Amino acid sequence: MAKTMETSQSQTERQTNGTGSNEKNIVYKTKELNLWYGDNQALKNINLEIIENEVTAIIGPSGCGKSTYIKTLNRMIELIPGVRTAGEISYRGRNILDKSYEVEELRTKVGMVFQKPNPFPKSIYENVVYGPRIHGIRDKKILNEIAEKSLRGAAIWDEVKDRLNQNAYGLSGGQQQRLCIARCLAIEPDVILMDEPTSALDPISTLKVEELMQELKKSYSIIIVTHNMQQAARISDKTAFFLNGEVVEFTKTTKMFSKPDDQRTEDYITGRFG
Amino acid sequence: MPIREKFEDDLNKLQNRLLELGEFTNHALARAMEALETQNVELALEIMDDDTKADILEEEINDISIWLIAKQQPVAIDLRRIIAAIKIATDVERIADFAVNIAKSTIRIGTDPHVQPLDNIKQMHSIMMEMLRLSLEAFNEDDIEKAKQVADMDDQVDDLYGQTIRSFLSMNQSNPELLPQVTQLSFVCRFLERAADHCTNIAESVYYLVKGRRYDLNS
Repeated sequence: MAKTMETSQSQTERQTNGTGSNEKNIVYKTKELNLWYGDNQALKNINLEIIENEVTAIIGPSGCGKSTYIKTLNRMIELIPGVRTAGEISYRGRNILDKSYEVEELRTKVGMVFQKPNPFPKSIYENVVYGPRIHGIRDKKILNEIAEKSLRGAAIWDEVKDRLNQNAYGLSGGQQQRLCIARCLAIEPDVILMDEPTSALDPISTLKVEELMQELKKSYSIIIVTHNMQQAARISDKTAFFLNGEVVEFTKTTKMFSKPDDQRTEDYITGRFG
Repeated sequence: MPIREKFEDDLNKLQNRLLELGEFTNHALARAMEALETQNVELALEIMDDDTKADILEEEINDISIWLIAKQQPVAIDLRRIIAAIKIATDVERIADFAVNIAKSTIRIGTDPHVQPLDNIKQMHSIMMEMLRLSLEAFNEDDIEKAKQVADMDDQVDDLYGQTIRSFLSMNQSNPELLPQVTQLSFVCRFLERAADHCTNIAESVYYLVKGRRYDLNS
């Protein structure tokens, strides 16, 4: 009688398929999060754990709530009138939706990079040291060190070191985006949120930013919203699939793109709807 | 209308090419057995000549697959189907090679009368042919029940192989002059047993396609 024995490799794969989390390495814990824009419910009972030093990708069709979700993580969502939330988002063990949580404190820990590069109309140098300055650092030597460290961290130092005083608008789109990442690194955040950070970039700049993310995740936790599923597959450790404001599936990226559990995930990632 | 119509068309084309390779191989094996049984050397030579068709089809399947991966960046079930197709094409092409190997043994045996009736060999051949048919059906229909049947049938081929080889060995000891033909018939048994193993590999690829995990059905 032939046996249907699974190979040890697939057994190992299954055993390590859990979240691998413990209380210490959880950056964000979202519990039963619901969010409404007026009467429209945009997020429904979201439960997600974001683990440190990982890249977590959020995918889903337009209007599924993925950008809404990422904007709750630094409370940018509050800027939109008529927004109401219920549930809890713990960042390092404290509920950031609690009124007593200072948003300024949160944002020194959580940096954000947007779809279109948005440097300030200042020099490259001033862009990077802007954050540390408003946090009270005046010492020129320290600011110089921060600028170099951040620009190196964003893999753009070699391209701009000889023109730090030139206007940031003179950089290419890909360079501007890496400058924005450098600006984000300058405040030494814990988490970097990225909302479609490469959708306005050319393919080579996109690859540079993707490479950079692999470096950055050694020191930071990264959460990225992306429309590009191949990008999610290339760069992330875990992927969450959002649909109609719900998390349909949240699992290891290798599993998500090889054998997802939910048929709706399968249909979306194979391009059969969306 | 599906969103990725061209992609669906190309996947169907890939599936059809594979079934075509399967049909060709099935036909080649049927003719190889006929040539062996009827000691028809001309037919055996024809089988050898025709084999390039299997090579061409396998190459075509690989080319379609590579191009689909490059162009469509398939994931999940689509990626597994393409990977399974590449692996299955290799197995089926190898099985077609065994038809050629049997034809070569037929030529070497020539017109010397058979040392014993080919009953066991014919039985192994018929089980193996059924395994090939079922395994390709399993692929075409994403049917792991059929794949499981293929794995079970492999045990029957293995048993017949063991029995037949033992009888040939004892024949060699008592009638050394029969050694050349018995060796060729032993080879044929080995080809059929290996072909059945490749059918089991196809069944494993079907398990991978459907379940997304690798299984060892040969143990």
